[in-house]
Amino acid sequence: MGLKMQNHHSAAARLNEQQNTKRGYTFIQANRAWLPKILVVWIILMAFFSKLLYNWMDAGNKERRQEVLRSMCDERARMLQDQFSVSVNHVHALAILVSTFHYYKSPSAIDQETFAEYTARTAFERPLLSGVGYAQRVVNSEREEFEKQHGYVIKTMEKREPSPVRDEYAPVIFSQETVSYLESLDLMSGEEDRENILRARATGKAVLTGPFRLLGSHHLGVVLTFPVYKSKLPSSPTLEERVKATAGYVGGAFDVESLVNNLLGQLAGNQAIVVNVFDVTNSSDPLIMYGHHDQDSDMSFTHESMLDFGDPFRKHQMICRYHQKAPTSWTTLNTAFLFFVIGILLGYISYGAAMHIVKVEDDFHKMQELKVQAEAADVAKSEFLATVSHEIRTPMNGIHGMLALLLDTELSSTQMDYAQTAQDCGKALITLINDVLDRAKIEAGKLELEVVQFDIRSILDDVLSLFSEKSRHKGIELAVFVSDKVPQFVMGDPGRFRQIITNLVGNSVKFTEKGHIFVQVHTKVLTDLKALTCMNGRLESTDLSNGCPFKTLSGCEAADDRNSWDTFKHLLSEEELSSKILDNKVNSAECSPDKNVTVMVCVEDTGIGIPIRAQDRVFTPFMQADSSTSRNYGGTGIGLSISKCLVEMMGGQINFVSRPQVGSTFSFSAVFGRCKKNPFSDVKKPLCDDLPTGFRGLKAIVVDGKPVRAAVTRYHLKRLGIIVEVASNIKMAVALSGKNGSTSHADFSQPDLVLVEKDLWISVENGGWNIQQLEWKRNGQTFKLPKMVLLATNISTAEFDECKAAGFADTVVMKPLRASMVAACLQQVLGMGKKRRQGKEMQNGNAFLHSLLYGKKILVVDDNKVNRRVAAGALKKFGANVECAESGKAALALLQLPHNFDACFMDIQMPEMDGFEATRSIRLMESEANKRMNEENSSVIGGNPHNKGQWHVPILAMTADVIHATYDECLKSGMDGYVSKPFEEKNLYQAVAKFFK
Amino acid sequence: MLGFGVERLRADMNRLLALLFHQGVLDEQFLQLQQLQDETSPNFVSEVVNIYFHESEKLLRNLRGLLLDREFSDYKKMGIHINQFMGSSSSIGAKRIRNICVAFRAASEQNNRAGCLRALELLEHEYCYLKNKFHELFQMEQQRLLAAGARYPVQN
Repeated sequence: MGLKMQNHHSAAARLNEQQNTKRGYTFIQANRAWLPKILVVWIILMAFFSKLLYNWMDAGNKERRQEVLRSMCDERARMLQDQFSVSVNHVHALAILVSTFHYYKSPSAIDQETFAEYTARTAFERPLLSGVGYAQRVVNSEREEFEKQHGYVIKTMEKREPSPVRDEYAPVIFSQETVSYLESLDLMSGEEDRENILRARATGKAVLTGPFRLLGSHHLGVVLTFPVYKSKLPSSPTLEERVKATAGYVGGAFDVESLVNNLLGQLAGNQAIVVNVFDVTNSSDPLIMYGHHDQDSDMSFTHESMLDFGDPFRKHQMICRYHQKAPTSWTTLNTAFLFFVIGILLGYISYGAAMHIVKVEDDFHKMQELKVQAEAADVAKSEFLATVSHEIRTPMNGIHGMLALLLDTELSSTQMDYAQTAQDCGKALITLINDVLDRAKIEAGKLELEVVQFDIRSILDDVLSLFSEKSRHKGIELAVFVSDKVPQFVMGDPGRFRQIITNLVGNSVKFTEKGHIFVQVHTKVLTDLKALTCMNGRLESTDLSNGCPFKTLSGCEAADDRNSWDTFKHLLSEEELSSKILDNKVNSAECSPDKNVTVMVCVEDTGIGIPIRAQDRVFTPFMQADSSTSRNYGGTGIGLSISKCLVEMMGGQINFVSRPQVGSTFSFSAVFGRCKKNPFSDVKKPLCDDLPTGFRGLKAIVVDGKPVRAAVTRYHLKRLGIIVEVASNIKMAVALSGKNGSTSHADFSQPDLVLVEKDLWISVENGGWNIQQLEWKRNGQTFKLPKMVLLATNISTAEFDECKAAGFADTVVMKPLRASMVAACLQQVLGMGKKRRQGKEMQNGNAFLHSLLYGKKILVVDDNKVNRRVAAGALKKFGANVECAESGKAALALLQLPHNFDACFMDIQMPEMDGFEATRSIRLMESEANKRMNEENSSVIGGNPHNKGQWHVPILAMTADVIHATYDECLKSGMDGYVSKPFEEKNLYQAVAKFFK
Repeated sequence: MLGFGVERLRADMNRLLALLFHQGVLDEQFLQLQQLQDETSPNFVSEVVNIYFHESEKLLRNLRGLLLDREFSDYKKMGIHINQFMGSSSSIGAKRIRNICVAFRAASEQNNRAGCLRALELLEHEYCYLKNKFHELFQMEQQRLLAAGARYPVQN
């Protein structure tokens, strides 16, 4: 318990440690608190950037807008200017007309009517002028004459009353009809006109007034004035010359408002912009010519275009702006917004990813903790398993011991068999407990196969005995057949091998209600065998002797017909052939070149089979074919998966053929090592060591209609050393025994035994049988009646009585057949049963020990008398020749060279001279002797090579404590191994096997 | 009648052995010992056990002498004796005696005289018990052999 606690503590400590060290924080993990802040900063940054973007794009937009405005404004200005200058030119032309036709012609070619008509007809040329008129220059002295001539008084413009006296007048004499109201008005009376006139005659060019409200209309307008000269002017006239030459003035009123309106109406996009035209002659006080200054419009953009109306004195400009504010630019807004959104998303994704990483890392750490906990739990589980299995094993040992005692008592063969079975089952149970432990080992991948010598046949017998009761109860035939080619002893892991077979047979027994279970072991020949079967086909199938459709063990159909008699026979015949060859080779064949032997094991049953759809998951752990399976048959479904693991570890593979309602055949291969040296190589027909040898040379006839079954029976009898002949029916048997000398076995006329299958006997009928028997009796007159043995799977009491009556008084051998059981029964039958099978309880190891130690001379050194006696007894038991010494010194004396001891068992704790010291002295002695011998050998060239063998007597320590340090010390002082003190055969065997191979 | 006795004696013997096993007086080693007995050495077990008793008595005497000595100090020598006792006990499978030996040895290693004395007393008690039981067992064995010898030939 303390130990366990400690383990838990250590596990917990380890856990803490891991927690501390394994927290390898990544950058993100370390800065997890900063993550939200980073996100916020990022979002602000993104907002800022998108604002910048917006501004940039907006600026671009504005610039474009400005550009558009400018181009529109310029266009308008240019057009206005063009149209204006066209009109001005025309007025100019009119002025020249007037001067030409009014003054140069005498008399004048123009009068009011002409002028009016002309101007009206050419009005299309001056679309911008509301009307034109001509005013004559009249000086004050000429006023009366003028008034008289024209018949009216010169009037002022404002009040339309006769003009006061002035220096000069400029009454309108010709006028277009549209401005006919101007006639007789003195232009000089108007402020703007007067200025204009003065400037015009001074410059001789077109002159414009500033904007003012026109007479007759309320539109703003300007007046254009051209001077008309009476005479041609010199090329560069002075001001006075000009004034003197001035005859009058042509004037026209530009209705700027309608003009511009007109103009704008022609252009596209006039709705969008507001146009203002200013007279900026006086730059500090711009006068509006067109448009309303206070119009609500977008004041953000304006464009000014200079206008040149041909009057250098006056400056005009056009100011354009958008009518409406710039529409909100959705594209820009959207772009910026999308940018912002994308930025936020990006930030959020990164944040999410970071959070995810944090979470995953947290989870990872948590998982690690859990893993450590789970591992601790696993350790605890293993400990628990170990403890529990140990606790179970202890009472099992008691049971085992008691059964061993029971077996020593005087028992009948049946009781003996039962007790034996119980003991075997107990052993199997212990094995199973170990298997539980191993299961965990397999899961952990820590299972290792051991490599020891074992006997496949006896293992199969064990397995068979385990299931014999069950199969008998169910009425299933259970049989084992091991090919002669399979070596008796192989190197491998018997426990695992047994485990696999137990599992497979166990499954078969579980799922089979009628028919048979047949276990076959062959060496790997099945591959070329298939071809053989195909070649020969089913030639034999015609001679069905007993009407059974299938030539299997029980006559039931099996899933894999490779195991039927056709195949089986080939195997057998091949075996005989090869065994003959083997015999010819005088046993030298035993050192076959192949180091490994591949064993094929087939377990065939006629059970319910595996449903097709479940076949591919048979080897999956905890999977059963059907959920109802576990209900009906129990089991966990782990067995096959373990078997598969084990088979694969043995270098083989497992597979199966199964047909529902027909049966399953599992077969697996396993690679075992050949024994380097068979300890029984000198025995020609190897017999199982634990089988009695008293039957050797007996002759038996097996009467059985089913060849496979007969082969199995023969196999078991052969193992007992009985010579067997098979007869398919009684007649043949009689013939066989009757024919004298004609068979290959010349002396077969006198069989000691006749084994008859129950089925056959039942089918033959009582009466017929008795006759046969009588006949037989007569044939074999002089000889004693052969013992009759009935073979049966199950038998009722009535049948049993019948048998007795029919002559089977001797015994009934119940199936499944096992060599040892058959032997027990035959002992009873033949009356040699009283010879107790000595050392039956001895296991295989003992036999090997016996063979290893037989005749060997062994020295036992121990100061303890009891121990000495026990050790000596144990070694003597195995046939060794034992001598004892009670101290190290005595041993030393006995081992003085040359001696003839083969080995020495040395106690370690002895007074005076302990085991280590004694061993060291012995080794010293030996090395000296060896040196001497080597010297001799080298001096005598060609000396006896056999003498080269060095002196080295194997010394094995006997010690009660088998801790490692002791073992190391043993080796250091020159010992070869150790055995733990109360002699256990297994230990002894393992230690001894090293030296006596 | 005698034949019947054989069976009964055998059963009694087995019962006694079972009891000893159950009490933990003996362990599997004794079974191993029994297995060593066969036709070639029919009295092997009793022989060994007799040697054991002989040796043990000597050892017990020595131990008691050592412990009762006034100026006792030779724990080392005592350890050797105990080891011997332990070795032979485990050889015949006397489990309880062996366990007491372990305790005894521990006490002697700590130079705990009182503990040693207690252990010695226990040891003597156990030894007596074992001896009695073995005595009983061998007596039965003897009787059984006698009975078996006088067995009527059983028809086969």
